[in-house]
Amino acid sequence: MSRITRQEVERVAALARLELAPDEAERMTSQLDAILDYVALLSEVDTTGIAPTSHAVPLRTPLRDDRPGPPLDPDDAVRNAPEREGSAFLVPKVIEGEES
Amino acid sequence: MGPPLGTLAGLRADLDAKRVSSRELVDACLARAEALDRKLHAFLGLRAERARAEAAESDARRARGEVRGALEGIPVALKDNMVQRGEPTTCASRILEGFVSPYDATIVRRLQAAGAVIVGRTNLDEFAMGSSTENSAYGPSRNPWDVSRTPGGSSGGSAAAVAAGIVPLALGSDTGGSIRQPAACTGIVGMKPTYGRVSRYGLVAFASSLDQIGPFTRSAADCATALEVLCGHDPFDSTSLPEPVPRFSEALTGDVSGLVIGLPKEYFVEEGVDPAVLAAVRAAVAELEKAGAKTREVSLPHTKYGIACYYLIAPAEASSNLARYDGVRYGLRAKDAENLTELYCRTRSQGFGAEVKRRILLGTYVLSAGYYDAYYRKAQQVRTLVRRDFEGALAGCDVIATPTMPEVAFRIGEKSGDPLRMYLNDVYTVSANLAGVPGISIPCGFHEGMPIGLQLLGRILDEATLLRVADAYERCTDWHSRRPPETA
Repeated sequence: MSRITRQEVERVAALARLELAPDEAERMTSQLDAILDYVALLSEVDTTGIAPTSHAVPLRTPLRDDRPGPPLDPDDAVRNAPEREGSAFLVPKVIEGEES
Repeated sequence: MGPPLGTLAGLRADLDAKRVSSRELVDACLARAEALDRKLHAFLGLRAERARAEAAESDARRARGEVRGALEGIPVALKDNMVQRGEPTTCASRILEGFVSPYDATIVRRLQAAGAVIVGRTNLDEFAMGSSTENSAYGPSRNPWDVSRTPGGSSGGSAAAVAAGIVPLALGSDTGGSIRQPAACTGIVGMKPTYGRVSRYGLVAFASSLDQIGPFTRSAADCATALEVLCGHDPFDSTSLPEPVPRFSEALTGDVSGLVIGLPKEYFVEEGVDPAVLAAVRAAVAELEKAGAKTREVSLPHTKYGIACYYLIAPAEASSNLARYDGVRYGLRAKDAENLTELYCRTRSQGFGAEVKRRILLGTYVLSAGYYDAYYRKAQQVRTLVRRDFEGALAGCDVIATPTMPEVAFRIGEKSGDPLRMYLNDVYTVSANLAGVPGISIPCGFHEGMPIGLQLLGRILDEATLLRVADAYERCTDWHSRRPPETA
């Protein structure tokens, strides 16, 4: 029995904002299936009552004084933008069905 | 092309004695890079003119008696996932094409404050996802010991550059073994410090709870020098540790008498490892025993679950971190998108390579509703057990010795069609990232003409003991001074 179907892979791809060509979706499905089959190994570990670890070295959230400092220059911040207008990022239409 | 550049310690002595200038060193480094890189493809970019100018500045400082620090005038290479102001960073991905960083990584500031001259950016698996550099969008790097083989990965370019004597020091990042494994493949020293020792500010994030920057060098002493420069608290990285940084060089006493080396029984089984690798590691441990160390068997019972745990947690974090590549603020943007969603989808589909897409899909899947508890949370719980394994084992020994990888460097193309087989290559290295403990790989022999790596793992924040053992081992063997014949 397979652990993941091509439909599920395509659903996940849509969530991750990826488009997969048909042969790519096919190949990813079989590779992800093999990986999920392997990681299912974890189900044999008894983790009852075990707290999850999100960071290996426990650390309190550090706080600093709220003092103003020099920010990144706005021109520097947008210099890498594929398209920009002044110090703003330019993107295609965001809201569907509205005339500007 | 001149001879290979020597060790960091040797070059520092040459510079101090005015036997060589920084400008001469950087020229020699660039000449070697240009001559050897046709074969090795260790670099994605050289900053030749700027490096030459900075070397001249270093020489001028030295002439004025203003030596900045331990790396004054030394040429250094950076893995191309660390940003330097005014320089490109690609992460070996098409999606960052054209990106020029508006800021410096903290390690860049630290290197510069110590006087180093950054000469170029080294090749890697795309976004550091891989174990061979074959996932680079710009083509693989090659192993200086045998160009038909990989130099390991993901920091393969940095490892190849140091092994070939192009630079005495290069930086890598290690998320599941990406410094230690290529160090083993190329016969050099590579350390992943304790999680949080080196600031990650300006390191492009792959899996934030596992990523750590560290050095490649040709000796343990050079590694200690580099760590003294790199380590230290950084207010720009909230996971940076506030603990003071020891003088690592002072730990290199050559004395290991009474020190206890733990041999995890789960790592010394004949299954899934080349017998020649295991024999070399056992011989290295015997050498340390001759020098006065003691050994004892220890147990890391959850070793067998390490890879599964890692390949759930790392892709989950990656899928979240890589959401930022959207074609809006930097890098590639797909043409002719009608709306924003289409822009995201097309840009990401065109910009990411197959392995990165695979991990984003896997990570998104295991974080998605209905699967989170079964996969991601389960893996985080197993991570707790892996951590406890190390706490338990290291309560009864000072360091743990294991092979760095189950075999010598494999051939280019040998595993590239089978992602799971590639992942299993990381079996000995991922646990240190899950547990946050420091690890070092040092050369301990050869098989089929290829280097073998000994991995030493230590307690949290105890890099000093790892360096002491590594240095003591170098004093009784000469593996670390062997150089690849074709690059001599």
